[in-house]
Amino acid sequence: MRFGAKFRPVFAVLAAALLLLPFAIDALFGHGWVRIADFALLYIMLALGLNIVVGYAGLLDLGYIAFFAVGAYNYALLSSPQLGLHWPVWVVLPLGALLACVFGVLLGAPTLKLRGDYLAIVTLGFGEIIRIFMNNLNAPVNITNGPQGISMIDPVQTGGFSFGTAHRLFGIEIPSVHLYYYLFLAFTLLVVFVSRRLENSRIGRAWMAIREDEVAAEAMGIDTRNVKLLAFAIGATFGGISGGLFAGFQGFISPESFGLMESIMILCMVVLGGMGNIWGVVLGGVLLTLLPEAFRHGAGPVQQALFGKSIIDPESLRMLMFGLALVLVMLWRPAGLWPSTQRRRELTDEDDDVVKQEQDTVYDSNK
Amino acid sequence: MTATSDTLLELSGIGKRFGGLAALSDVSLHIKRGEIYGLIGPNGAGKTTLFNIVTGLYQLDAGKFTFDGVVYARCKPHLLAAAGIARTFQNIRLFANMTALENVMVGRHVRTRANVFGALLRNRATQEEERSIERGAKELLRYVGIERPAQTLAKHLSYGEQRRLEIARALATEPRLLALDEPAAGMNATETENLKALLQTIRSSGITLLLIEHDVKLILGLCDRVAVLDYGKKIAEGIPQEVRSNPAVIAAYLGEEAA
Repeated sequence: MRFGAKFRPVFAVLAAALLLLPFAIDALFGHGWVRIADFALLYIMLALGLNIVVGYAGLLDLGYIAFFAVGAYNYALLSSPQLGLHWPVWVVLPLGALLACVFGVLLGAPTLKLRGDYLAIVTLGFGEIIRIFMNNLNAPVNITNGPQGISMIDPVQTGGFSFGTAHRLFGIEIPSVHLYYYLFLAFTLLVVFVSRRLENSRIGRAWMAIREDEVAAEAMGIDTRNVKLLAFAIGATFGGISGGLFAGFQGFISPESFGLMESIMILCMVVLGGMGNIWGVVLGGVLLTLLPEAFRHGAGPVQQALFGKSIIDPESLRMLMFGLALVLVMLWRPAGLWPSTQRRRELTDEDDDVVKQEQDTVYDSNK
Repeated sequence: MTATSDTLLELSGIGKRFGGLAALSDVSLHIKRGEIYGLIGPNGAGKTTLFNIVTGLYQLDAGKFTFDGVVYARCKPHLLAAAGIARTFQNIRLFANMTALENVMVGRHVRTRANVFGALLRNRATQEEERSIERGAKELLRYVGIERPAQTLAKHLSYGEQRRLEIARALATEPRLLALDEPAAGMNATETENLKALLQTIRSSGITLLLIEHDVKLILGLCDRVAVLDYGKKIAEGIPQEVRSNPAVIAAYLGEEAA
């Protein structure tokens, strides 16, 4: 990442803020919210992975959570009493990433010729297949423990250092959730870095070309098959990493965590934040993790205070507000809260609109 | 590769059917290196079908397709682009939401190497390649005469500029054969004149041109040789002036009585 000299102070302040954030959250809102911050980071990783597939390459994937599930189950099976395996984390996490990557290619390969709605349906099916598999792989041989899920998963630990317990460092007591925060932050930054590098590369341009016009992209010599598979593979890899971390962090996983709603939630983060823009997607991930939680915690007490009783169940109110927020954002900021520079450029272009409109109509009529 | 042959593209006995309709039957033609070859014919004559076969969008049902001495049976568009055939589209197909510069940079894809690891590590080779891609793309924008900022989105360019941008993007693939599908469609007289000059410059740089065109004046003034298609068959071929007075061609365009 290239930052000009004038950005350095901003960058330093941002870094310090990110490092102190868990302590600030802990002091202001309590332990539970640090945990939510951890989840936000996991979701950001997922959203960034999906952003490669949907935002860059323009392939609508509705089963993305499947790769999260693959990573999570890989971790859970290889480091829990379920199969009696306790492999080291530096084997399990890369293996989960690799496995998810393979699944990404497996899903991508048969869907290469599909576009738009058709692709969405097939990927949706794939997501469900993985979930149902996990749900039913408890008989005749019990592998995944079915709907009961896998519990007592080992925390992320390496070389005697466990993220699952509190540690004293530099004379400060650092709780487990804080440690996980730093671990996830490191992975998230890595994912951001990879996304950025890919975005501004030959590969990234090829993805965007496919998103814009697949026929033209192919005519310009882009091997659309390989380039699309690459998008699926890299997106899935991010999902696999996030899944592994999730399993270690949570200590318990069950098929319930990998439903269609989760896929849609991640897609919403991408779309709401600003498809194709890394910072927009990060923002989407943060907002869509925090706001529902805020509602979960806040809706009950607020209603109590206002009406003396709880009129609407906080859980349904949460979904209601979520739907409303989506509609409003799509009405007012159709390109997302923080759109990619291209889309922003489009919106702020001030050269004579009449000419532009005319050109646009010419362009459209030629489609 | 037969470097000695002066034929760049040879089609023999090409046939293409869509269901019961024979869009092309037994079409043969050869395009020499360095010439401007025109393809004309009434609407529905099969020009674009032939064009799509040459650029790999359609697979041929019958016949043989030889480019630069190599026979291509069933070939994907991206492989033909790599082999040196680039095209533009009748209905402009730019990457509308990418900048003019990026559009041309995409054209460099097929002649550059950087893979995922190169992109991630951004090592010296990749950085140099990126710089040369950008430099080459900017040069091409100037070459085709797009004077607006390179950061303008493709869809905000004027119609004539969009046509030129498509040509720049195609040239970025370093083609030996540049296939243009109605490049002058929708242009006014001045724009057509400019286009003609551009195409002549491109030809003089050693690139062979194949073009479909309705503008008879452009065809007459530009093409070395012309083939006429009608109902999927080649009915005439030769230098433009000759073809123009060919009775079969007049009949195809104006009906039997006129001939």
